[in-house]
Amino acid sequence: MDGINRLKDKIIDKVAFFVLIVFGVFVGLVFPLITLVSLYKESHLAFEKFGFIGFIMGTVWDPVREIFGGLPAIVGTLISTFIASLIAIPICIGIATFIAELSPKKLKPIFSTAVELLGAIPSIIYGLWGFFVISPLMADYVEPFLQDTFLDIPILGRLVDGAPTGIDVLTSSFVLSIMIIPFMASVVKDAFEMTPPLLKEAGYGMGATKWEVIKDIVIPYAFPGIVGGAILSVGRALGETMAIAFLTGNVHQIPKSLLDQYTTITVAIANEFTEAHTDIYLSSLFALAFILFLMSFFLLILSKFLIFKRLEKKWKTSLS
Amino acid sequence: MEDLSKLKRSILRRKLKNYFFLTLSFLTAVYGLVWLFWILFDVSLNGIKHINLSLFLEDPAPPGVEGGGLRHAFIGHTIITGLAVLMGVPVGVGAGIFFTEYGSNSRFIQFLRNITDSMVSLPSIIIGTVVYAIMVKPVGHFFGLSGSVALALLMLPVISVTTAQILKLVPKELKEAAYALGAYKWQVIKDVVLVAARRGILTGIILGVARIAGETAPLLFTSFNNNFTTFNIFEPMASLTVTIFIYVTGPYEDWHNKAWAASFILTVGTLLLFILVKILGRQKT
Repeated sequence: MDGINRLKDKIIDKVAFFVLIVFGVFVGLVFPLITLVSLYKESHLAFEKFGFIGFIMGTVWDPVREIFGGLPAIVGTLISTFIASLIAIPICIGIATFIAELSPKKLKPIFSTAVELLGAIPSIIYGLWGFFVISPLMADYVEPFLQDTFLDIPILGRLVDGAPTGIDVLTSSFVLSIMIIPFMASVVKDAFEMTPPLLKEAGYGMGATKWEVIKDIVIPYAFPGIVGGAILSVGRALGETMAIAFLTGNVHQIPKSLLDQYTTITVAIANEFTEAHTDIYLSSLFALAFILFLMSFFLLILSKFLIFKRLEKKWKTSLS
Repeated sequence: MEDLSKLKRSILRRKLKNYFFLTLSFLTAVYGLVWLFWILFDVSLNGIKHINLSLFLEDPAPPGVEGGGLRHAFIGHTIITGLAVLMGVPVGVGAGIFFTEYGSNSRFIQFLRNITDSMVSLPSIIIGTVVYAIMVKPVGHFFGLSGSVALALLMLPVISVTTAQILKLVPKELKEAAYALGAYKWQVIKDVVLVAARRGILTGIILGVARIAGETAPLLFTSFNNNFTTFNIFEPMASLTVTIFIYVTGPYEDWHNKAWAASFILTVGTLLLFILVKILGRQKT
């Protein structure tokens, strides 16, 4: 009897191992491969017709004549990500400083929960709110104000040229900046909190002010965390769809002003995928998805193997 | 004498600089909170107004006609998300167990883990296109189950990475004690590891559910939309998020109101899940 139980346990052991290895390989290898292969296969037609470089550099997106170039959407993605990160990164450092160094101990969990809540709101809610609330405000107040202020200045003037519609680069990048704050802020905050109190106390012992301790001790110490958080939020901004789906106008043109309508890779896919009736149209949208996949994957590799390792090493050697 | 006044001035300058930057930091925190409360305020204000019984009990009225509800979307959303959880959780947790318990030092597993890490931040719309390519295109039409698969794939990396992180925290001594008693690996995993880490794993699962519950992009080209209530997962199926997407851009005031109401319910739902995660996390420490 005992022998049979023993045998049964042994079989279960083997089965469990088999099932778990299948799950593990599926998550870590099969699923990523399916993603890569199906994107490659589906976008093949577009790359064959226009050429990989030709598709990336093509500026015309014309479903009627069946000419597709990805440059406007790619540039749009890069611009909105850049502006959103430009706004969000300094603010995240400020928020992290406040939570980690300034706020009273009792309020700390409240503030950090609030920031995380901002990240828990579904992105479609940002989209709806941005469209019904922020976009009209931008069109009626902020953008006319910017035009009154900057339009006469030579170079800045060109940035605010155009009709203030509230559906443009400025509004969408701005909503995007709000939505990526929580991802970066919580990483930076954690990095700040890892700073050994001993180092900070040494700074205070030298008579440094709080700001000097933050600037010269906490921020350098937490630098890898800041870079990691920034990359995380950039990755988030690259792939964000619903928050800006209503705010770009989905016009395939390279924006010349902050008030121009434009499109991003994600917005183009979201808006046009179900309407793409020809094979080449659909394949071109897959090509955009493939490029986005490469962009976000490249960013991760960059963060994982290059920046992180080097910074960590630098930061360890400078300490020892 | 001059030196002393110079010193005083320099101290004053440093102090002013200190106050300036600390105030700036305080203002950024306020800035973050302003958006949070602004969004929550608007969503509650415009959402609660339009919540009524028929929102939950009726299918939508024909376009342009007032009235009707979003019953189809509530039911569809529940089915799609529920199936996604049923598929995603066992596989995700299983993969997490595999990553930590079956030789986390082996090159192959390290490799799998690194890939999984990078899949966590895969843009969700890409998963939508992939599932379209592998499921919708062969079948020839949109259907609910493909939406569930897309969401399940989206949550897999999240759940397996958090599970693997939690399992690493289980003390080695506990496992070794069980092995010393002659237990098989599966028994150790089932009776020691999973029991010790159950709260952490649960937190990871809820986090994964919270992530998919509010997703729109993967559903746009998979489960798509349906104007009627359906329980058939092989038909196109409405979801709250896709309905919001369509209603926001629609021309009717009534659609906008319903989009606000649906947004309010969706926001409350995901925030509740999130708070649950917080509470579970706090009890552990």
